[in-house]
Amino acid sequence: MTSATQTDTMSIGRHLLGLEDLSAEQIVAILDRAESYRRRMENGGGRLDDLNGVVVANLFFEPSTRTRTSFSLAARRIGADTVDFSAGGSSLSKGETFVDTALTIEAMGVDLVVCRHRTPGAPHLLARHLQAGVLNAGDGTHEHPTQALLDMLTIRQRRDIAGLRVALVGDIRHSRVARSNIHGLKKLGADVVVCGPATLIPRSITQMGVEIAHDLDEILPEVDCVNLLRVQFERQRGAFFPSIEEYAHLFGMTAERVRRARDGLLVLAPGPINRGVELTPEVADGPNSLILSQVTNGLYVRMACLSMLAQQRRQTAARREQPA
Amino acid sequence: MHRLLITDGTVIDPSGPTDERGSLLIEDGRIAAFLPGPAPEDIDAERIDASGCIVAPGFVDTHVGVGEPGFEEDETIASAALAAVAGGVTSLATLPSTNPVVDNRGGAEFVRHQAAQVPGARVYPCGAVTQGIRGEHLAEIGQLVEIGAVAFTDGKTPIANAEIMRRALEYTGMFDRAILHHAVVPELSETGVMHEGFQSTRLGLRGIPAAAEDIMAGRDIALAELTGGRLHLMTVTTSGTVDLLRKARERGLSVTADVAPHYLLLDDSVMATFDTLYKVMPPLRSSDHIDAVIAGLRDGTITCISADHQPLAIEKKAVELDVAPFGICGLETMLCTCVRALIEPGHLSWAELIRCLTVGPADVLKLPAGTLASGAHADVVVIDPNREITIDAARFRSRSRNTPFDGDTFRGAVVKTLVGGTVVYDRDAAAQQ
Repeated sequence: MTSATQTDTMSIGRHLLGLEDLSAEQIVAILDRAESYRRRMENGGGRLDDLNGVVVANLFFEPSTRTRTSFSLAARRIGADTVDFSAGGSSLSKGETFVDTALTIEAMGVDLVVCRHRTPGAPHLLARHLQAGVLNAGDGTHEHPTQALLDMLTIRQRRDIAGLRVALVGDIRHSRVARSNIHGLKKLGADVVVCGPATLIPRSITQMGVEIAHDLDEILPEVDCVNLLRVQFERQRGAFFPSIEEYAHLFGMTAERVRRARDGLLVLAPGPINRGVELTPEVADGPNSLILSQVTNGLYVRMACLSMLAQQRRQTAARREQPA
Repeated sequence: MHRLLITDGTVIDPSGPTDERGSLLIEDGRIAAFLPGPAPEDIDAERIDASGCIVAPGFVDTHVGVGEPGFEEDETIASAALAAVAGGVTSLATLPSTNPVVDNRGGAEFVRHQAAQVPGARVYPCGAVTQGIRGEHLAEIGQLVEIGAVAFTDGKTPIANAEIMRRALEYTGMFDRAILHHAVVPELSETGVMHEGFQSTRLGLRGIPAAAEDIMAGRDIALAELTGGRLHLMTVTTSGTVDLLRKARERGLSVTADVAPHYLLLDDSVMATFDTLYKVMPPLRSSDHIDAVIAGLRDGTITCISADHQPLAIEKKAVELDVAPFGICGLETMLCTCVRALIEPGHLSWAELIRCLTVGPADVLKLPAGTLASGAHADVVVIDPNREITIDAARFRSRSRNTPFDGDTFRGAVVKTLVGGTVVYDRDAAAQQ
């Protein structure tokens, strides 16, 4: 375990674009920082002032309620000012390019930009053009680093991640949550198996160091944790499975399946869940479910990421003012 | 009589002497003679010193995106003709995918009229295969031939309907014109932005599987066999297509293909930058496919190289990857990228490379170009194979700058280009401007 001082000084870089770019130590540092925010909040800290004077812009180019709310709340809890900007669609539908939109908002004096976009690489494009730090809040089917971090924090509060066997179940092909979880979990030493219909698991994903399974019942007895990914109906461009009923029959997490799994199976779901599809209400509200804990941890993880990026920005600014 | 003597170069003419030191005599815009050995002192002629350089026929490009009419912010016929000669290209065929589409007599007449106004490369129109490039009804191919259409293509839009493709091959065959086809199955490529494989999985980007090209190339070859028509596949990128082409050519079918140099230099891993400059159609493939395409060039399965010039105003590329248009502005970097991809690793000799840039494409278009034989138009390129150049897109003659090679340094430069015996490009003079 990294010592507190190392964690406090660990940098995660100017931007947080994906977990693929981070080392295990950087991931642990974020989780440790999130844990310390949890303790401070639980010990009665209402609004902290770590990020006083910092302005965080939430640029959401894709509809989102949960993630945007979580980021807004996280930023305000640690003293930052927030500005929310939502816009549907892409550059083409607006006439103004996406980069111009971001530059306009940055010019209003923004320190950190939280970006959600339906196109992979959109936050990377911003990072090339903006002075502000960019935090990826989900770019299409690529990465969603804070979601994976909150999933890992939720697991780590109960079990050691190293050596743990985790199943990511469902629509792997269209899931940024899956990609970020794979990068993060592998770096922290977990075994990862992806499970779902063959149409929703690209065969080449094995090159990311994961196993592929298509039979949930076969893998359930040997996993410690299942993360039930939402079926991304909106990203599918054709028939990936015959019917929702058949999907739920083959891959839905039911109470019966939980009974056949290991004791203490951790059940995660990034939400918003389709109740009755990825999991039944009985499981969602049952003793194995960590869904609400994930939501709370999301707040701490986002507080941690924002504060680490703000810290990096302060240090960069200080270096610029005092050339050595 | 105006005489010009290009002296002391290494002359590489795919239809004549290759790799022989000597001088090229040009009289009134036509090749008069190749004079082996040291340059004769007694000829009264203007002289161009080509010592240390390669003297070759000007290059021929079978498909060049010009933008005009309709997309003049990307390129005009005039700017394409000037960009071409800076890249050593002296004859080019324009893609008809403009607005309006070149699918009738008037459209082809416009291209010829604009081309006649400007210095630079010789410009020939390609006609559309189908009206409006909609893939439904044949364009007025016979009348387009009368105006000078050298080939037929629907550009980057595949002809999805096999029946239309069959009739088009039969009909163009009647005029001995080739169909240049972008072979890809639309249903397997729609909304894709890159090659499908590990990289697309890792990056979460929609993939275009190699099978999308293989399937369409196989269909096209079968239809060429059925009809006896002439088929040319543009920018082939997959090992499957190369295998199909090799077998088709062994059976004696009139099937040819080209490749563009950026497909040989860049693989799909560059997409990790999410930079739209790398977004091209067909997509940059993985290294196993690249190796197969290079093998196809080496054994003569692929006989042509094209820049696959797709100029795009830079603001069109400054958007998200999924909405950005496909294409690289390729004419002015064609030679140096070929040198890095093919000459430096030893895949092709200079003579073999020049063959792919000259007689290969000239045969597809049936143009009297790509030769230094006596009596031919003096379309000539002088190449310094050792000169280092750094790409500066800001100085492109093209109206567009969408190249991923900006700022890169290469070896191998076009130093002079002549069209009809007149110097239309001079690198050293251009550098001083």
